[in-house]
This record gives sequence, C-alpha cells and structure tokens, in this order.
Amino acid sequence: MGTNGKPHLAVYKLSSCAGCQLQILNLEDVLLDIAGAVEIAYFPMASRRMDPGPYDIGFVEGAVTEPAEIEKVKTARQQCRVLVALGSCAAFGGLPSMKNRFPQHEVERRVYQRPDWIHSVAARPVSEYVKVDAILRGCPIDTSEFLELVKAVLIGIRPRLASHSLCLECRLQENGCLFDRTGCMGPVTAAGCGALCPGLGRACEGCRGPAEGANLAGFARLLEAKGYSRRDVIDRFQKYAGAEPSMAVAATALAWEEAHA
Amino acid sequence: MSMGMSSETGVRIETGAGTGARQVTVDYLARVEGEGKLAISIQGRKLESLVLDIFEPPRFFQGFLVGRRYNEVHEIVSRICGICPVSHQITALQAIESALGVAVSEETRLLRRLLAVAQTFQSHVLHVYMLALPDYLGFPSVLEMAREESLRPAVERALRLKKLANNLTALVGGRAVHPVTAVVGGFTAVPGRAEVAQALARLEQVEDDIWKTLRLVAGLQLPRVERADAEQVALVHPQEYPVNEGELHSTRGAAATAATYRTVIEERQVPHSFALYSMVRGRGPFLVGPLARVNLNFAHLTPEVRQAAEELGWEFPDENPFASIRARALEIYYCWQECIRLLRWYQQRLGELPAGVTTMRERVRPRPVNVRAGQGAALTEAPRGLLYHSYRLGRDGRVEEADIVSPTAHNVANIQRDLEVFVADLLEKDEELTDEEIALKSEMLVRSYDPCISCSVHFLDVKVERH
Repeated sequence: MGTNGKPHLAVYKLSSCAGCQLQILNLEDVLLDIAGAVEIAYFPMASRRMDPGPYDIGFVEGAVTEPAEIEKVKTARQQCRVLVALGSCAAFGGLPSMKNRFPQHEVERRVYQRPDWIHSVAARPVSEYVKVDAILRGCPIDTSEFLELVKAVLIGIRPRLASHSLCLECRLQENGCLFDRTGCMGPVTAAGCGALCPGLGRACEGCRGPAEGANLAGFARLLEAKGYSRRDVIDRFQKYAGAEPSMAVAATALAWEEAHA
Repeated sequence: MSMGMSSETGVRIETGAGTGARQVTVDYLARVEGEGKLAISIQGRKLESLVLDIFEPPRFFQGFLVGRRYNEVHEIVSRICGICPVSHQITALQAIESALGVAVSEETRLLRRLLAVAQTFQSHVLHVYMLALPDYLGFPSVLEMAREESLRPAVERALRLKKLANNLTALVGGRAVHPVTAVVGGFTAVPGRAEVAQALARLEQVEDDIWKTLRLVAGLQLPRVERADAEQVALVHPQEYPVNEGELHSTRGAAATAATYRTVIEERQVPHSFALYSMVRGRGPFLVGPLARVNLNFAHLTPEVRQAAEELGWEFPDENPFASIRARALEIYYCWQECIRLLRWYQQRLGELPAGVTTMRERVRPRPVNVRAGQGAALTEAPRGLLYHSYRLGRDGRVEEADIVSPTAHNVANIQRDLEVFVADLLEKDEELTDEEIALKSEMLVRSYDPCISCSVHFLDVKVERH
C-alpha cells in the first residue's frame, strides 16, 4: 500500500506490441475510476512519473526474449506482491514464440546483417523464470477480464477467469460450427473472448492458449483426418502459445513422429 | 562526477566538477509505444553528442514469417504493433493480393479505408491528449490532469472521442486491437444496418468535441526546430487524401511506387550513430507522418478542414516537427468527417441492394484464391506515416521472404537529426535553461513523432560498435 492507502499498480513491458497495455487505456468508461481506486505508480507508456516499488499488483506484458528481460522479470517479481502475466505473450510466449521452431542463429541471419550484435534467446512465458500469480489470456487481453482481475485483487478474492473450451461459449451464442470448413482451433482453445472470431465468420486461431485438459494429440489426429498436412497442424500449434508446455510437447511429438515415420 | 536523479521522471543528470561537462540521460522514454533511451552529452554550452538509443528487443517477424501461409500473414503482422494493427493488416493484405493477382471489390476497398481512418482517429486522440498534451500542461500523465477540476472536461472529452473511434474500428473489424474480419480478398463479416445508424448518430453528436480539440491544440506554444535540410515523405493520391493507396512523394521531389520503393529509399550506416538509418537514396533522412501528409496533401483535405486551418492561423506546408500535433488535430477532424462520409455511403449502398438481399456480405466475400508463386509490395499511410510491406511467395503460397519498414523505422534517423539541431540551438539561445528542462524538451520532440518503437522491426540491425 502506498502512503495514501491505495494499492500501487505497475505495468512492465517486455517483447510485445503494446496492444495489451493499450487495452488498459481502452477502458475509457472506467479508466478514471481505476485511477481513483488504485495508484498507477509505474506505467511508462501512460506516464512520465515512475514511482519506485514495491507495488501491490504488477502486470507484465510481453514474452521474455533477452537476458536483460530475464533480469527485468526477476526484479518485477521482487517488487510486486501479486504478479500477473498480461496477455498471451507473457502467459505463453505468444506469437513471437513462432521463432522458437528455428535455430536462433537462423532467424537472426534472416533479419540482421550482423547477428553477432543481437542477444536474443528463445521466446518464453514469464512463468519460465518467476512464479506468476495469474494469467490474462488473449491477443489482446479482454478488457472485462482485466477488470475482473483488478477487482478481485482489490477485494482479495479469486478472480473468475474462464479456462474451459471455447466451443462451449460458441455454442451458447448459437454460432454455426466452423470446424469442418476451417479446422477451427476452438475445441482446444480456452474461452473468455465471447467466441469473437467464430461469431464473425473467422476460425479460432488459438490466441487464448490451450483450454484446461485439452486433448491436443487427439485434436491433431482429427485435423489430419480432415486432410490437413502434418506441417499445417504443427503450424497451428506453434502460433500464439507455442511455448506453452502442453502445446510445445504436442508439436514436438508430431514433428518427431514425422521425422521417424 | 556528481549525480542527480529525479525518480519521478527518470531523468539522470551527471556533472563533472568544475569542467562544465554534463551528461543528461532519460533512461526510459515515457509515453511512447515501446522502449527507448536518450543520452545527451554537453560541454559548457556546446552539444558534444546525443544518442537516441532503442533498446526494444528484436522480435524477428521477418524471420519467422518465412514458411507461413499467405492467408495468415496479415494476422501475424498485426502483432507487430498493438496501436496500428489495422495498418499492418491492410498493408500486408494489399501486398499479398498483389503477389497473387487477387482483385477486391469497391466495397472491400472502402470498408478497408473506413477501418484505417477509424484507427487513425483513435491513435491521434490517444497521442494528442494522453501522450503529448501532459508535457505542454506540465503534468506527468493524463491521469494527473484528470484530477484538476479545470482539465477534467478535456480528459473526459478525450476518452469520449477515443471510445467512439475504437467502436468504429470494432464495428468494421470486430474489435479495436488486432481486428479479425479483414482477410485476403475481402471481409468475413460486415456491419449491419442498425449498428451503422447508431454509429452515425454517435458521430454526429461529437462535432463540438472535435472543435474543442482543435482550439485546445491551437492554444499550445510549440517549440521550433530550424533545419535547412528537412525532407518530408508521404503518399499522394490524385483523387483523395491518402490512406491505403497512392504513390510516394517527397517535399524535395522524390517519387516511387510500392514496386520501386527500394530504388528510392535505402537504409545505411552513418558514422557516429547507432541506428541503421532510412534515407532518401543519395540524400538524407526524412520525416513521415501526419505533418508530411498534410504538407503534401493539403488540397485533398475537405474544404471544412482547410477552413479550420485557416481560421486557427495554421499555415502549411510547415517544416517544424512540433507542428505535427496541429496536423494530427486537423486529421482528427478529417477522420471524423471521413467516417461519416463512408458510413453514409455504406448506408446508401445497403439501400440499393436488390430485393431479398439484406446484407453487404456478398459484395465483400473472399473468392477462392489461385495460389501461385509471386512477389508483391504495398505502401500505406499508417497513423504515424509511411508503411512498407513486401513479400515473396513460393508456389505453395508460403512466404519465402518478407520485408517490412514501419513509420518509426522511417523516422528514426530524422528524429536523431532533429534532436541534434534542436538541443544545440537550445543551448546556444537560452542560457537559463536547466538540464532537466533540456531533457523534457528533447523528450517532447521525440514524442512529437509519436514513435512506435514496438513497430520498428527494422531498428536493431543497428548497434555499431563504438570506438
């Protein structure tokens, strides 16, 4: 708690697009109420004022992709009573983890003339390096889930965040099923987005990471039975949550099986 | 060396005792999208060196796009930037469509324009009120501004406009950050009649907010950067204010299309600098963004927007980068009008649909794509300026090579040049200025570009060893 009795909030940035931080600023209806209920003590994208820690609640946006960022998350962990991974990059390594399938030197050579000046490591979730108290899924995060979490921390209760399959949410909305036509990732993806994409005619791409208990190996067989190539299936697993342990294991098993068939 | 540090603003000042040497460092630039640092070395009243250091880690989009399918490229590159995802999506879609020979309908073209204009509207409101304004009014952030009773209405206005613009992006794209409906060849969903009518009604209610924004910006005392060698680059279109289409032009006569971009714009290393600098070939750095757009396309703004500029006493072309905030305010007005115009057009088109057809869906439905090898490039105007995407696809429709240059990557050399000129000038002209003020004014200049450092996929080929 700060001197004024309000909990202090911090927002850190690692390798990311800043879209999840923007989602906080996109809470236009309640932004000033949030700023009244908590002290926004450290949020460089929004403020030039950077109060030193400790903080009561810290949000980390982005994947860990550099040694300096490993230090940064360790500092964040020390500074924050509650540490939250803000969005799929922080929670699962996110889309930047697509590079992990290649040897690091190969992606570096593709982009940079002097890879020897680059100090990048495989993209990993924050939880690889420090204990994380909660994750907010999504690329980007859902603003109502962010609010749910902040409110829960303020009152000191467990937040209600979905981790069941998206299909449940999608069926409740009475959307037509896209799986047969598109190989929609809904069956193995966590809900909480209101089945936004399927509702708009787009297949789920899995941006919220795997649902609790998702049968990834079974889902892979289902896709292959529909005519998807092994490579297409692996591509799907190595997208938004490729560095999440169950996804990483499933993708590696598929690749190994193919190489040794 | 003695050292002073302001924990409140992150400005660090080190002084060499009795030597007149000072080092002013802004360790973490605030209110920009991404991570950067500024180090200024001063000897007496002379600028010794100035370094804009970008420490945003590289994310290798151009590396990991290789091997991915043509129809997921726009979705992937959207994640380069959470502030201008629409620009990356549309630029990628246009480049891929060019590579595959896919034509889109007029409805798709105009809905993409609406999507992009709504995003620019949001991005400019965010910048003017939340990122730029606090400096001019002496606050660390918009949140502190909101605590002042006299400023509360301005902050509420900002939030109202920002929400309206975000809702417009979501109306077309499904959501404001990383929208989902735009795909190769068209859209997977379209706005309905009722939603469009509602959006129009909301837009029509905020005219007063737009005017108050213009007057607020007109009341700001803008610093000046005097540079003789300035060059500005933007798209120019024969019929309209450039958004997703047009050809590259500069205030000094450079010209190119997306296909010839690389023959006109080059990246090179410059002695004593750390960045791989974007240059007009054979010349020097250049500015892209709202100021360049307004300067090069003033005649294509609407009569009302031009009239507003005249009433406020704003003359264009204006080469002062700080005038970007005026260009942004004018573009807010333009975007507001353009959203209304496009929504009315959409309504009219809905009215013309044949009997029995209730939505525009057929007009924007993607057709099957003839997958083939090809090369395609596109140039668009993102909120922060010129954006270039180019892709080479293999016969299986997978990416073989990707080349992306974001607005901030275009601007970084120019920001550095502007800073050198500006700070040297400040030191010479104003003896009273404290180092803390020099740091703040330099930050204001960096922020006037609204740099999106997360976007700058190209920044980091960059670190040249220092001797």
